[in-house]
Amino acid sequence: MMDTLTRHLPALLVAIPLLAAFTMPLVGRAGNAARSAWVVLGALLTSLVGLALACRVFTGGTVLYVFGAAAPHVPLPMDSGGIPIRIIFQIDALGALMVVIASLASLAIAIYSVSAEARQSGKDGFYSMLFLLVAGILGMVSTGDLFNFFVFLEISSLAGAGLVAYRIDKGEAVEAGLKYALLSTVGALSVLMAIGILFAQYNALNIATLASRLQFTRLDMVALVLLAVPLAMKCGAVPMHFWTPDSYTTAPSSITALLVVSSQASLYGLFRILFTLYGDLLQFSWSTFGWFLIVLGVLSSFIGVTMAIPQKDVKRLMAYHAVSQTGYMLLGVGVGLAVLGNAEALAAYGKTAMAGGLFHIINHAMYKGLLFLTAGAIFYRTGTRNLNKLGGLGHTMPWTMVFFMIGALAIAGIPPFNGFASKLLIYESVFRFSPFLSIIAMVVSILTLASFVKVFHSMFMGAPRAEFAQAREVPRPMIAGMALLALVVVVTGLVPQAFVDRMISPAVEALVDRAGYISAILGGN
Amino acid sequence: MNMTKIVRTTADLFYPFCLIFGLYVVLHGHLTPGGGFQGGAVMATGAALLIVSRSYAGIIQRIRKNAMKLCEAVGLLMFLVAGLSGLLLGGSFLHNRLAGAGGLFGESVAFGANPGVLNTAGLIPILNIAVGIEVLGGLTVILLYMLSGVNKEEPAS
Amino acid sequence: MITRLLLAFPFLAVAILLLIGLGALLFKRNLIKMLMGLSLMESAVNLFLVATGYRQDGAAPIFTNVPSTHMVLPTVQALTLTAIVIGVATSAMMLSFAMVIYKKYGTVDIRKIRKLNG
Repeated sequence: MMDTLTRHLPALLVAIPLLAAFTMPLVGRAGNAARSAWVVLGALLTSLVGLALACRVFTGGTVLYVFGAAAPHVPLPMDSGGIPIRIIFQIDALGALMVVIASLASLAIAIYSVSAEARQSGKDGFYSMLFLLVAGILGMVSTGDLFNFFVFLEISSLAGAGLVAYRIDKGEAVEAGLKYALLSTVGALSVLMAIGILFAQYNALNIATLASRLQFTRLDMVALVLLAVPLAMKCGAVPMHFWTPDSYTTAPSSITALLVVSSQASLYGLFRILFTLYGDLLQFSWSTFGWFLIVLGVLSSFIGVTMAIPQKDVKRLMAYHAVSQTGYMLLGVGVGLAVLGNAEALAAYGKTAMAGGLFHIINHAMYKGLLFLTAGAIFYRTGTRNLNKLGGLGHTMPWTMVFFMIGALAIAGIPPFNGFASKLLIYESVFRFSPFLSIIAMVVSILTLASFVKVFHSMFMGAPRAEFAQAREVPRPMIAGMALLALVVVVTGLVPQAFVDRMISPAVEALVDRAGYISAILGGN
Repeated sequence: MNMTKIVRTTADLFYPFCLIFGLYVVLHGHLTPGGGFQGGAVMATGAALLIVSRSYAGIIQRIRKNAMKLCEAVGLLMFLVAGLSGLLLGGSFLHNRLAGAGGLFGESVAFGANPGVLNTAGLIPILNIAVGIEVLGGLTVILLYMLSGVNKEEPAS
Repeated sequence: MITRLLLAFPFLAVAILLLIGLGALLFKRNLIKMLMGLSLMESAVNLFLVATGYRQDGAAPIFTNVPSTHMVLPTVQALTLTAIVIGVATSAMMLSFAMVIYKKYGTVDIRKIRKLNG
């Protein structure tokens, strides 16, 4: 029984959130308490499956799952003629890292939403779409098939747009949701066109098979651009980041935290395309594509933080900071890509830069999610997000203040929280690559600290205001959700080396090792 | 407001044929072009015919939103249960256990030129039926919600 | 020469449809017309996918009743079907958003739907 379960973990990873989403209208008829219990149960089961799968990958190597076959772990059955003919989920160490992020974040967010959305109507639709978004994210990071990636990308975009527009009473959220849906659809059409181009040339949709058959013709260059640009847009890199502030501001706060994870799943897709699908073929211009990521990263971090400073709406400010932190991840992995052909530079600082970038992904999801949840808690009690109107909440909302402090110190890169560990890795390796970039990164970090000191002061310090005298602490499920994320932030900050050794270094190795990815499917199993 | 009596009567006459044709497309999905989504969309077109020829108040008593939402949920659950059945009976998710096993959906089709038999292809007709029910429910709910917004044009100040 | 031009004709149609759709998306001010342009773009990409599956002297990919086993690619047809379904869901959702925006803002002119900026 246990053996059956562990064999089918990748299928359960997507099937359980889908089951929870589809049965939500039926369970919702039984009342609010039944629905809340079902939500928490579904999120708990999904997280357990995700964490068990990640453990299996980190201890045992890449996990394969073939859909629709008689034996789920055999990618090349007898009668297939040496070609993998079915949809295969291929979860290596990098995918396992993203599964861990998505599982922890969705558990905290589900627990938080149970009481944060208790007063809203239409909760059936909300929770169905929440689980669809979780299923989309988990599918995006586990799949080894390019068209399956496109389908899960569309699922998460549509569910995300519906969730952004959830509060239709003022109309602003619907405008933001429309913008998000429009941009996501145009991006997804471009991805579909690239998939059509690749399939027409090589007659394969499996990423490993495509990678083994790819010759870098001119059409493949077109396909690369058509794939990379929309995925960079979905993660909020700078020339295409305009949907980020609007969507993150008007969505309910728990959904914003999940949208952050969704944009990082798109970042995973971008890395998968650049490193595994194209990989060595970018050899003639390693540095060009590396510099493409580096330029995107530096622009995002700088423009994100400079646009964040004058903001008065606290969630809009945090959204611009999310854009800026994505810049760090792009910078770190971009430096790694730029030196990928140069073996000694790679071993000296390239892998450290990539480790910093990947470590920053998990750190950012945790502390940015925590910050958005605290902003949501403040909105829940006071009804406003305007920094000029808030003040003195530290007296009445102590837990929220502590969690906000943890998140703010983490994002500014202060030890002993986790932001410091990943930023240190990025600084020291980028310095060896180009000192100028590292100085820009440090300036951005200082500006981030300044901006969050301002926010902390205007929200929590000062004399209590008259209109917020009734603002008590938020209900316990919301505190539990925030506490889970804060716990991860503190633990990864106290023992970063253990995380880097056990989770991040295998992920870096898996990202760089293109031949290993291909041979896991085609090399016979 | 209602359309004329001729239009309403014609729509009433055409609606069962639309349903039957849609069901034909769904059931023969593994032999001829078509399948779950296409047949479901044809069936929803039959419902759209009724919705267009009557006003919202006239149709909402017949085609209830809750019934269509139930259709949608049932279809989705049938699909997931069919997928998980492959998992629970050995094999992987969506494993086609019934193909070639005899019984209701399990005959295998003879090679060569023949029109094909309806009860072949194992799990696939079950999935087609599930998707057909789901699409009928889903598209009809969309049409009903969009129709309910007509003739209520009070712009916000 | 004529054969090559005729074989390339579907891709020419794809390009024309894409340009028309993109033009409608960028230059029209009415939200509904923008969504129509998006729908045209989706149709263009679907046409592109199906057109790549063409094989010279190929038959329809139906296993029984087939004159020869040289068929056009059936996989691209499955991809296109999935893309059509996704397009239906996206259009339905965006049209619902347009309806709600009309109720709240009183207009579907995108120059006036700009409450969020900064």
